[in-house]
Amino acid sequence: MTDAAWTRATARIADTTMHLSRAGSGRPLLVLHHDIGTPDRLAFYDALAARFDVLVPHHPGWGGSERPGWMRSVRDVAAMYQWLLAELGLKEVSLLGLGFGGWIAAEMASLAPAAFHRLVLVGAMGIKPPEGDILDQAIVSYLAYPQAGFHDPAAFTRIYGDVSTDQLEAWDIAREMCFRIAWKPYMYSQTLPHLLGGVRAPALVVWGDDDRIVPVSAGHAYAKALSNARFETIRACGHFVDMEQPEALARLVTEFVAAN
Amino acid sequence: MHLMYFTEQPMSAYDSKAGLDYGATALTFSNSHFDPVAGSRLYNQYLEDYIYAEECGADGIMLNEHHNAPFCMQAKTNVFASILAAVTKRVKIVILGNPLPLAENPVRLAEELSMIDMISKGRLVSGFVRGGGQEQLATGVNPAYNRERFEEAHDLIVKAWTQPGPFRWEGTHYQHRVVNPWAVPLQKPHPRIWIPGVLSKETVLWTARHRYPYIALNTSPDATKAIWDTYSAAANEAGYTAGPENFGYLIRVHVQETEEKAIENARQFMWMQGEFTGLANPVWANPAGYFSPSGRRNFVEFAVGRAKNPRGAMTFEQQLESTMIIAGTPKTVIPRLRWLIERTRPGIMAFWANDGSVSAEDSRTCIRLLCQEVMPAVREIGKELGLNSPFEAGSPVSIDHSTDLRARPTAAE
Repeated sequence: MTDAAWTRATARIADTTMHLSRAGSGRPLLVLHHDIGTPDRLAFYDALAARFDVLVPHHPGWGGSERPGWMRSVRDVAAMYQWLLAELGLKEVSLLGLGFGGWIAAEMASLAPAAFHRLVLVGAMGIKPPEGDILDQAIVSYLAYPQAGFHDPAAFTRIYGDVSTDQLEAWDIAREMCFRIAWKPYMYSQTLPHLLGGVRAPALVVWGDDDRIVPVSAGHAYAKALSNARFETIRACGHFVDMEQPEALARLVTEFVAAN
Repeated sequence: MHLMYFTEQPMSAYDSKAGLDYGATALTFSNSHFDPVAGSRLYNQYLEDYIYAEECGADGIMLNEHHNAPFCMQAKTNVFASILAAVTKRVKIVILGNPLPLAENPVRLAEELSMIDMISKGRLVSGFVRGGGQEQLATGVNPAYNRERFEEAHDLIVKAWTQPGPFRWEGTHYQHRVVNPWAVPLQKPHPRIWIPGVLSKETVLWTARHRYPYIALNTSPDATKAIWDTYSAAANEAGYTAGPENFGYLIRVHVQETEEKAIENARQFMWMQGEFTGLANPVWANPAGYFSPSGRRNFVEFAVGRAKNPRGAMTFEQQLESTMIIAGTPKTVIPRLRWLIERTRPGIMAFWANDGSVSAEDSRTCIRLLCQEVMPAVREIGKELGLNSPFEAGSPVSIDHSTDLRARPTAAE
């Protein structure tokens, strides 16, 4: 495991101060975190930073990024990230979207079909699953929801330990943000599937084999809607693949994104 | 004083053990337990009770609504308000209230309320609420915009009531091409608006700034006084002095011919395991974004079982002791009420008299004793203490219709 040197910076996007962590060098890789936010450091991020210029922003309204009160949709978030990339002068960026962040990545790719090098969607929300429903966090507790995203309860404990009140509060804020921009329909877009066909970037769609938050049928729908996509399953793994099977996911992503 | 009869309209005709086993019955306890035959009987019983309360001398009937829960059968308060508009003659029909954020079309509410006001010949009091957390989930309305929707829907309804149409409304949460309802209120400038609430300081401040009476729902005497203090300070800033006509108080009072029977029936107030609005899962009762951000930290701890319910969880005996519940014969109830009224000084009172599975006969006895013996005594107490209702005080319906406001103090040079 590389002990990557992470820098923390802020960027002013759409009158909103956004938090950005960055480490490594190589091809730029924008990592878009889950609906529950992200821990500051993850072994998965470090593994990616060994090969890429990894950018991990906090979504507007999550973690260290300000809440834009006007924001109403996940597409708004996608537009803010395009703005951020323009601000940083980055081109040929690869997108790695984790869960809810996968939805944002897919929106970004659909809005700029030729702009990205690679697209990786992991347990991505954003499409109505043809079978099953996306787990509704509105009616489960702050602990039960993140726990539902792990195949092995020990993996949850490894990441979050005895969950602190600060963490619970952050999850409540994250949940509120989900409601503000993705309440209805819950965690998907009815138009996104029709807009994915033009995406030029090769895509990798990855799913945990025990994802109880986003049914795998959504993953197959993504792989079908994108014109150049490959589907991979990770075994003994829930929704939070990056936290439960970091090495396996990092291997897949590294190989896929590094390819010319 | 303005004295009202209230019941939650409990749907108590189901296997109570199934409810207790299930736990939090508000929201997801299956409606396969709802027996429409019993429902039909109960709706009609509650209607007869309201009519009887008018006959026995109540000044008003307080109505409300909730969704997906056995603790309250009224899924649409305007339905009962409409019926009462036609079948009663004298009582005020006091809706506390219509949950505004649940409305996708507030203009429709403005129309319905105007119809109720006209049919009742001007007896409507139109309260508004944010709706509980479960109601947002039950109706699919975004809890994160609850307060914004409440305020915008209110503004739209008042405008539809008071300004000639047609006009256009391009708001944040509501957009209407042509607002021009062909039904306007009989009462001018518009029906009185009273705002009930429990906890939220933001609502108290909003209510005071609009000069609407605030009705404290079953709060403790101390909490009620704290609410009045918050309200009064905001009223002073807004340029008026709050008095009893600005304050209402809902409390649980059950009256019978004997103490024993009264206490036995009053235990039915605990039928939802002592929870005020049915045993609620904390996550459903306060979906993210619904609650004040200032309460977020305490709330998340409560929601995962690390902290106690901020509302407290008092036993029946503790609630009797602290006058959260008053039960007895008129002779014992009246002094308890005097104690409470002297401490809280409301101009409006609602008596939540029957709950759970109190029999139809006992409900009527309670209504008779409450309206014929307790209410007259309370009115006398009110006169003695100078507690005028908004009607008696002739207070303006809102700050916008006030002609007695003090000039705002200017900052010292």
